[in-house]
Amino acid sequence: MGIELIKPNTNIDFLGVRKICATISGALILIGLVSIILKGGLRYGIDFAGGINIQVKFNEDIDTTKVADALKDSGLKGVRIQRFGQSSLHQYLIRAAVTEDQPEMVRNKVSLALKKLNKSFEIQRLEMVGPKIGSELKEKALEAFFYAVLLISIYISGRFEQKWGTAAIMAIALSLGVYILKLIHMPISILIIAAIIITLVLCWYLKLNYALGAVVALIHDVLITVGMFSLLDKEFDLTVVAGLLTIIGYSLNDTIVIFDRIRENLREQKKKGSLFDIINRSINETLSRTILTSGTTLLVVIAMLLLGGGVIHNFALSLFIGIIVGTYSSIYIASSILVGIGPTPEKQKETETAQATV
Amino acid sequence: MFGNIKVRTAVSVIVIILGVIFALPSFISKDSSLAKILPGSRVKLGLDLQGGINLVLGIDMDKAISNALEQIGEEIKAEARKQKVVVLRPKIISPDKLQFYVIDGKKSGIVDDIIKKYYNHQIKVLKIEDVKGRKRYTLTLKDDYKKKLEELTVDQVLKVIRNRIDQFGVVEPDIRKLEGYRVQVQLPGIKDAQRAINIIKKTAHLEFKLVDDSVTPEQIKSHNIPPDDEILYLYKRLPDGSYAKEPIVVKKYTELTGKYITDAAVAFDQFNQPYVTLSFNREGARIFERITGENVNRRLAIILDNKVYSAPVIREKISGGRASITGRFTLDEAHDLAIVLRAGSLPAPVSILHESSVGPSLGEQSIRQGLISIIVGGALVFIFTIIYYGIGGIIIDILLILNLILVIAVLAGFGATLTMPGIAGLILLIGTAVDGSVLIFERIREELRKGLTPQKAVELGFSRSTLTIVDANLTTILAAIILYQFGTGPVRGFAVTLSVGTLISMFTAIYVSKVFFAIWLKKVKKGAKFNL
Repeated sequence: MGIELIKPNTNIDFLGVRKICATISGALILIGLVSIILKGGLRYGIDFAGGINIQVKFNEDIDTTKVADALKDSGLKGVRIQRFGQSSLHQYLIRAAVTEDQPEMVRNKVSLALKKLNKSFEIQRLEMVGPKIGSELKEKALEAFFYAVLLISIYISGRFEQKWGTAAIMAIALSLGVYILKLIHMPISILIIAAIIITLVLCWYLKLNYALGAVVALIHDVLITVGMFSLLDKEFDLTVVAGLLTIIGYSLNDTIVIFDRIRENLREQKKKGSLFDIINRSINETLSRTILTSGTTLLVVIAMLLLGGGVIHNFALSLFIGIIVGTYSSIYIASSILVGIGPTPEKQKETETAQATV
Repeated sequence: MFGNIKVRTAVSVIVIILGVIFALPSFISKDSSLAKILPGSRVKLGLDLQGGINLVLGIDMDKAISNALEQIGEEIKAEARKQKVVVLRPKIISPDKLQFYVIDGKKSGIVDDIIKKYYNHQIKVLKIEDVKGRKRYTLTLKDDYKKKLEELTVDQVLKVIRNRIDQFGVVEPDIRKLEGYRVQVQLPGIKDAQRAINIIKKTAHLEFKLVDDSVTPEQIKSHNIPPDDEILYLYKRLPDGSYAKEPIVVKKYTELTGKYITDAAVAFDQFNQPYVTLSFNREGARIFERITGENVNRRLAIILDNKVYSAPVIREKISGGRASITGRFTLDEAHDLAIVLRAGSLPAPVSILHESSVGPSLGEQSIRQGLISIIVGGALVFIFTIIYYGIGGIIIDILLILNLILVIAVLAGFGATLTMPGIAGLILLIGTAVDGSVLIFERIREELRKGLTPQKAVELGFSRSTLTIVDANLTTILAAIILYQFGTGPVRGFAVTLSVGTLISMFTAIYVSKVFFAIWLKKVKKGAKFNL
């Protein structure tokens, strides 16, 4: 009854194209970074940048320039107008800067100004974020990333390597390094970069090669997704941060499944085949699972992207990009690194090898 | 196989029944007869789904502290005057520093005594300098008094806002303290957001001051007015709805404040124009009687938050403790003014740091869009899995529906709030929840290919996948925990559905699905085909 998308003895040479993939990935990351630099940073949503968003729904379609004209004398500053959500709903998003004098009067100003259009409308949503809250939220989001890097580095060095002792050393080293940086009041963005570098160096030094591959893949996924947001000129807001953290979890999930299979195959067939072949075979063996899970996830994310409405649009977009990139990176990036540096040398401990894993 | 399948089946059935019982109330009307026998807790909708206002207010604590210092300064000045010592110009030089001069430096001991006797717990003297025979005092609040004052201010703000909202009439408002002198106010289902915000934000500091009519318009223009006078503005509403402001010079000294008010209400004059009447308590009434008695034919300005509302001429001594505020109000304005005067004034100004308000129509639209996404996304996944796994796909899909029911049940049971990102989490879950089953199924297929019997293959498939499923899903839960820790309201909703959903999907994939396989394998024994 069921079908098999991937025939049992499929052996696609994934690793054969690893250099091309590395080039493509590198190029994608570079393009994203250049875009961010050229545009003078990401386009932050109001929850990070501060500002006012007013979502207005008209009963019929109306030209954005007309809306802009109506708002000209409203006293709002830095007004920008764009269509929002499905076009059949005639929704518009009005953005404005936070003004010092009575931000709470914005609603009245907008209503008064839009009445001039003689079209019936409704203010569906109004969001005002003061500059102080905005910078606090940004700080918090960065902090979330920081702890994600911290926790996940510790988790994967413990989990992938089955070496919780080494993971503990890693945790201590990381906390110590970060503590010192905090003492000299480094901004949180520097802390994140420092934590990543410390993690990479420690993985390298302690020969936690699986962990190294996984961490590089994660950084790769986040960088490309963020870069794409800049390229597409999409707003980077709190929901996108939520999306990125979800992607980190998701991409790691993928990598764990493939790495577990690699480890299992290495144990079972120590003498057969080169490392290259074993890794390639492991990817092939888990391929149908990878396609299936990514497939169903992509299906729902596309549904969310097309039907979920404007409120979660950016979130859905971050997931859409992230899941594609995350699946790709588990196969092509994380595993390629393992081919490059070899798997973590395993000291044969009977208790550990007895573990049954997929 | 699988240990005791009867226990497993029983547990699964109980979980499913509990899930349905707890999930159901969220889908049926509160008043239906079925709702009465089911648990009362249902999924709460976040403000972004049911409509409402969420405000974060910042309390101007500097102002609260300088107000307190200012008052102490005036009190010291008055007390010193009683003892024939002139204290000059008590003034706030920075938010937490008060400065004044004692004219006759030799008598400063008296001022020291006053401070020690009356204000020992509240203030400390930072320095006393000699300035041309005068002594200049610089004072500040003592740390523990300052702390107490800050706590008191926050509590007072909370109390006053709660009072105002109660009188305005909001169902289930949520008002709470946040870190850093902030207050969060959540008002579900409010229609006129602007009006609610105006009521909450108004400091409502009511003052009565005498008008100084001896000052000429030229003096006002050149700001050349007596030192104990100040210029305030009277706002007049013009027929087109805008305001014109007119300067008015009043004495700085406040004769009477709003703290003696016991009641405020809306009344109408002979032109049916609304105005607000005030009633003072006995002490307030006495003060009001004295002021009006001593100042007949002068004008008394009624000032709210530094804006003059009206400045009527006192015709005669007014006893009985009643006053009124007129000023071309609309009915709503008069009504709201009465509310804030009754509920009391805020001890310090508040500002809106963050506002998000959602109209009810957007909430309904979001729910509709979310449901459509769930249905379409779910249908696609159903088709995909059934094509791929056949009967196995049906098992996956039953588990998926069970997952959704259980997530709703858990959210309802714990009284969690569902937000739009939370719904997004549910949609995402439909895609990711299949992962556990897919890992198991793929493993079973592999074992079957090796030539194992269905029984053995299923057994191995489960045992060999379990650890990977747990590990792989842990990372998602890890990410969700971090999100919950650092996210704000709506994003937290996502973290909750994501982590709850992931846990439940692990449970159904590893535990419940074995029941289906046991049934299936039993049929296989009787000759049915095992085709995964």
